[in-house]
Amino acid sequence: MGKTLAEKILSLKSGCDARAGDIVIAQVDLVFAQDTTGPLTIRQFQAGNFERLANPEKTALFFDHAAPSPNRELASDHQFMRQFARETGCLISDVGGGICHQLVAESMTKPGDVVVGADSHTVTAGALGAFATGMGSSDVAVVFALGKTWFRVPESIKISVTGEFRRGVMAKDLVLNLIGSIGADGATYKALEFGGEGLDRLTMSDRLTIANMAVEAGAKVGLFPADRVTRNYLNHQKRGEDYQPFSADKDACYESQININLTALEPTVAKPHQVANIAPARELKGTKIDQVFIGTCTNGRLEDIATAAAILKGKKHHPRTRFIIAPASPQILLDAISAGYIRTLVEAGAVIMPPGCAACLGLHQGVLASGEACLSTANRNFKGRMGSPEAFIYLGSPATAAATVITGEITDPRDVK
Amino acid sequence: MLKGKAFKFGDGISTDHIIPGRYAYLRSNLPELAKHVMEDADPDFSGKVNKGDFIVGGSNFGLGSSREHAPLVIKMAGVSAILAKSVARIFFRNAINLGLPVLICDTDGIADGDELEVDLAKGTVYDKTSGQKLTFGKLPKVMLDILNKGGLVPYIQKYGDFIL
Ligand code: SF4
Repeated sequence: MGKTLAEKILSLKSGCDARAGDIVIAQVDLVFAQDTTGPLTIRQFQAGNFERLANPEKTALFFDHAAPSPNRELASDHQFMRQFARETGCLISDVGGGICHQLVAESMTKPGDVVVGADSHTVTAGALGAFATGMGSSDVAVVFALGKTWFRVPESIKISVTGEFRRGVMAKDLVLNLIGSIGADGATYKALEFGGEGLDRLTMSDRLTIANMAVEAGAKVGLFPADRVTRNYLNHQKRGEDYQPFSADKDACYESQININLTALEPTVAKPHQVANIAPARELKGTKIDQVFIGTCTNGRLEDIATAAAILKGKKHHPRTRFIIAPASPQILLDAISAGYIRTLVEAGAVIMPPGCAACLGLHQGVLASGEACLSTANRNFKGRMGSPEAFIYLGSPATAAATVITGEITDPRDVK
Repeated sequence: MLKGKAFKFGDGISTDHIIPGRYAYLRSNLPELAKHVMEDADPDFSGKVNKGDFIVGGSNFGLGSSREHAPLVIKMAGVSAILAKSVARIFFRNAINLGLPVLICDTDGIADGDELEVDLAKGTVYDKTSGQKLTFGKLPKVMLDILNKGGLVPYIQKYGDFIL
């Protein structure tokens, strides 16, 4: 019987005939931690007296969650991580370098890789056909030391995509609808594997958004095959040599199949305090918004910023509504400057943050007060995530976010002129 | 045999409920961080919990972030095990990696404040308050071995590798 993408990659990297349900030990092609999980990872590494990294050139530390450091405590965590990088020779992406998952996609991973990160959104790299998953600090510390880890080979759910997005609808709306329909634990321990004739029309930016949020349905990975879109992306990133076609076998065995017709989707918003708590953006008209945040590993890419700029050209933010943008990487920031998007957005009232996580996790650069509401393009709206536990976080696409900037209340992007 | 009181929570307790991201600046100061355990689910929890007590959740306990600080502050609070109907994947692995047992069982019948007795070897929960008896599923061998060694780091120190 044929294999799913997950079974194929884990077979390749474990040297076993890996089938759903098996437990295997797989070699890891890239392992990383970021600045809020890194210090504990390093302490676990030190607690194990591991001394040396298995592969310093495949081990990375990213400074993105609280960078530049907002206070003394985090500054000293950064210092601790820099010291470790100097001692071990691992890769380091210091402040302003951008969000780990975006950098992994841009320049560090390729189809068929196994990637482990001390961050739950490590799944983002599944867009390139990498078996990429988040783990905690102990697991990652052991991968630092051994260059391998154990996995239970996941069952796969096939997501078959048809049709094409209508105006105002984006990949974010697709993934919010998917999570809304299967629930926040609808794919726990499973792989989501995307396929179908509509896949061609999902750009790499779309795929990264979708794979990123696979974990919000509990999935271990969100996998895309490596196809023409992947090849074009890698060529664009000047990494054409990293491309190899990679797909599941025709007779692979899936636990279930879900069909998504892109044409039927509408701009969608997740309401507080759960990602699966979705509603059409139009139904939420009248919900006042104090802050709009466009950025994060979910929607901080050039296409997202371009979409916002197109909607906001010549417009102004609503006086009640603060508007924050954080590009996911320096490459994106520079491209957005060259294309004139940043000028358009600043003229519309945007505050531009350095490449990084910014307001996403309530540490700095846009922390919410009690009673405030934020429309964010991030992936999580859990209670307390962006500051006060009495704040309200709504999740939507960059188009919905930009429309909301103009009106100051949740707005379907199709309803702005 | 583990004995203690049940602290009951609902479905979908996230890592932000357990230890909010806004306290990330305390992650290298664990005693301070631990004071905020479960704060956004029950602000008084850290003052009420006693050594040996249990956290009892509903479905999808621990969803969200990969922060190992979540099971770590629960362990530091003295909690002897987490019982839930289902547990998010990363949290599950993290808890076991710290030597904190996670038991999957039908927790609907357990009420807040119930006195529980858990027998890890037999796989049973006895709710002394209600008289109900429950069983929980077995862990895969690799996780059981890690738990028995007190966590992943001591396990790797002992064996030098994963033993399947
Ligand atoms: S942008 Fe948000 S979700 Fe993404 S890695 Fe940063 S904190 Fe996590």
